[in-house]
Amino acid sequence: MSTSKPQVNVNEDYEKLYGFHVAERSVFKSEPGLDETKVKQISGMKGEPPWMLQQRLRGYQHFMRKPMPVWANTELLNSIKFDNIYYYLKPTQKQSESWEDVPPEIKETFDRLGIPEAERKFLAGVSAQYESESVYHSMHEDLQKQGVIFLDMDSALKEQPEMVQRYFGTVIPPADNKFAALNTSVWSGGSFIYVPKGVKVAMPLQAYFRINAKNMGQFERTLIIADEGAEVTYIEGCTAPTYSSDSLHSAVVELIALPHAKIRYVTIQNWSKNVYNLVTKRAVAYEAATVEWLDGNLGSKLTMKYPGVYLMGRGARGEVLSVAFAGDGQHQDAGAKMIHAAPDTSSVITSKSISKGSGRTTYRGLVKVYPGATNAKSTVRCDALMLNPESRSDTYPTMEIDEKRVSIGHEATVSKVGDEQLFYAMSRGLTEAEAMNMIVNGFIEPFVKELPLEYAVELNRLVQLEMEGAVG
Amino acid sequence: MTKESSLLHVDNLHVTVDDKPILNGLTLTVEAGTVHAIMGPNGSGKSTLSFVIMGHPKYTVTQGRILYKGEDLLALAPEERAQRGIFLAFQYPTAIPGVTIANFLRAALRGVRGKDVPVKEFRETVKTHLKALGIPESFMNRYVNDGFSGGEKKRLEILQMAVLGPSLAVLDETDSGLDIDALKTVAAGISALRNPQRGMLLITHYQRLLNYIKPDVVHVLVGGRIAKTGGPDLALELESKGYQGFKPATEPGDPAELGGRGSPIAAGGGTVRK
Repeated sequence: MSTSKPQVNVNEDYEKLYGFHVAERSVFKSEPGLDETKVKQISGMKGEPPWMLQQRLRGYQHFMRKPMPVWANTELLNSIKFDNIYYYLKPTQKQSESWEDVPPEIKETFDRLGIPEAERKFLAGVSAQYESESVYHSMHEDLQKQGVIFLDMDSALKEQPEMVQRYFGTVIPPADNKFAALNTSVWSGGSFIYVPKGVKVAMPLQAYFRINAKNMGQFERTLIIADEGAEVTYIEGCTAPTYSSDSLHSAVVELIALPHAKIRYVTIQNWSKNVYNLVTKRAVAYEAATVEWLDGNLGSKLTMKYPGVYLMGRGARGEVLSVAFAGDGQHQDAGAKMIHAAPDTSSVITSKSISKGSGRTTYRGLVKVYPGATNAKSTVRCDALMLNPESRSDTYPTMEIDEKRVSIGHEATVSKVGDEQLFYAMSRGLTEAEAMNMIVNGFIEPFVKELPLEYAVELNRLVQLEMEGAVG
Repeated sequence: MTKESSLLHVDNLHVTVDDKPILNGLTLTVEAGTVHAIMGPNGSGKSTLSFVIMGHPKYTVTQGRILYKGEDLLALAPEERAQRGIFLAFQYPTAIPGVTIANFLRAALRGVRGKDVPVKEFRETVKTHLKALGIPESFMNRYVNDGFSGGEKKRLEILQMAVLGPSLAVLDETDSGLDIDALKTVAAGISALRNPQRGMLLITHYQRLLNYIKPDVVHVLVGGRIAKTGGPDLALELESKGYQGFKPATEPGDPAELGGRGSPIAAGGGTVRK
């Protein structure tokens, strides 16, 4: 039997496909580091109303005041050099509605990433953010006619000021955590979506976030409101060039699902390995509404992300289905939060993580049931797969159940790619590499099968396998 | 026919697991077209023999050899053994969540044949065997052994055997955990796969499987060695008298010779311990 172990390789072609960069381009770039003047400068340049500036300044104060988290990967967290980060970089004078009007080097970047092609094929709308601003935006006409609003957040603040003011920061307040506070103070770009009552958006809306510059900080802010009975699927993807110095991505995403609405939020996070990805994502689901987070984390140096759903109305449903892959030097600290605050609410958390080499995955989750949330149901399942002896995986599930009439289930498995599984497949004529590939792809299948086909193909392509030392 | 060119020739095989000896000089020859039953009590080394033939990395061969069609089997990786026509029906088949039986079988067939199998041909082959085994087609979309009942697992093993069409099939306790109806179906499936080119090694603790599949040769395995070899009647004898009368042979040698020495003691003799 061969002695060389097969390797599952994720992002083998990252350098070629995503890790490239083009000449830096900006019409404005702030000095590195953050202070109150810069916060005011960003707000001023954007011509924002006073309430937003106040919000930003509150965020800034909380960011400065709050200590760094003392949990998760403190070693990596404490090595972030906030003074080296560029907090705001405006790449173009204005957003375009046609790819032809996008500056050539930026268009070339998005062409290489396949965004215009995907848009033609299966998307109802696209927003492309480059550094701090959205450079391209479009949406199908028929959605406009139905009253669907899909804008970058800056445009929304101008065009839909009342709605933005009404909901902005209501799900994730400025003081929520250090990085949400940072985002609140320097946010730029991101998506705003409003789907009117009863409107069901059949095809997904997509946003793509690209960092190009070195030491960049990207702080998009997204707010999605699905009115009563509305349905929408939103997909976000992100990549960055590989640099030796670190970049910082810290987004805030707020979802509001009004009664009987359904929001599905899909993320394929594929930042380069020099990006800190510290993101706050939370949803509120009212009566009989459903919020689903599909969260795929392949890239970044350190990811800390725990999408949550506050189940506020009777019969509301929340789901988090996530896959994390941590290769050498990566730490995916991800999880979910389900807060049951009403009767007959239900939640499902399925976390699948794979760690390889010195990679580290952590599941960190909270299920909380408040008194009176009778018949709440929650199922948590965490499966961790470790590919090498030095790989690491930890599970921190927290349950706070303050109501007796509930049904809560938790199941966690940690496995190495089973020798027995490998042998079983090999006894059927598969090589060790083929067997390993099959087992790993089977492991993430519950996630992949929920993705739109095009993304499923992409993800299967990213998670590939080669025999170490073998040709091809 | 010489043993060198037999379908399977196990010669004085010594095997350890974690330095613990399990097989202690096992010798066995299976010719094409014959069905051999290997019977023995728990811990006698039955499953070890099946895993060693298939090449499980956990088992260390310390002495002896296994020839398959004259080739040194121990030099080959498990998938190479499968490619040469060896199949093991597992006692405890492993689940591979997320992988459909259809995908698994197709990959297996490609692995065994060394080339892609056209979808149409694959479908037709599978369809025929599903029908013969009384398995609904929807079975193909389930994940391999994931949440399967004992009967479903064993049926999937036989389905794989039927589709892959091996020259040598080793069936490890295929009857265990089956109710009588499932046993009949599985046994019928196995019997249907008997042919003059194919050899089978049925490993079983109980005689009941042999009510449905009549073996040509029956071996009794005790303490890691063949204690006795005989015809189908030997299985019936074991059924009535149990394994208590057999003690492991103390020296390696010809199984025929061992057969005499390890013969059952007089009825009622429960005092001899293995």
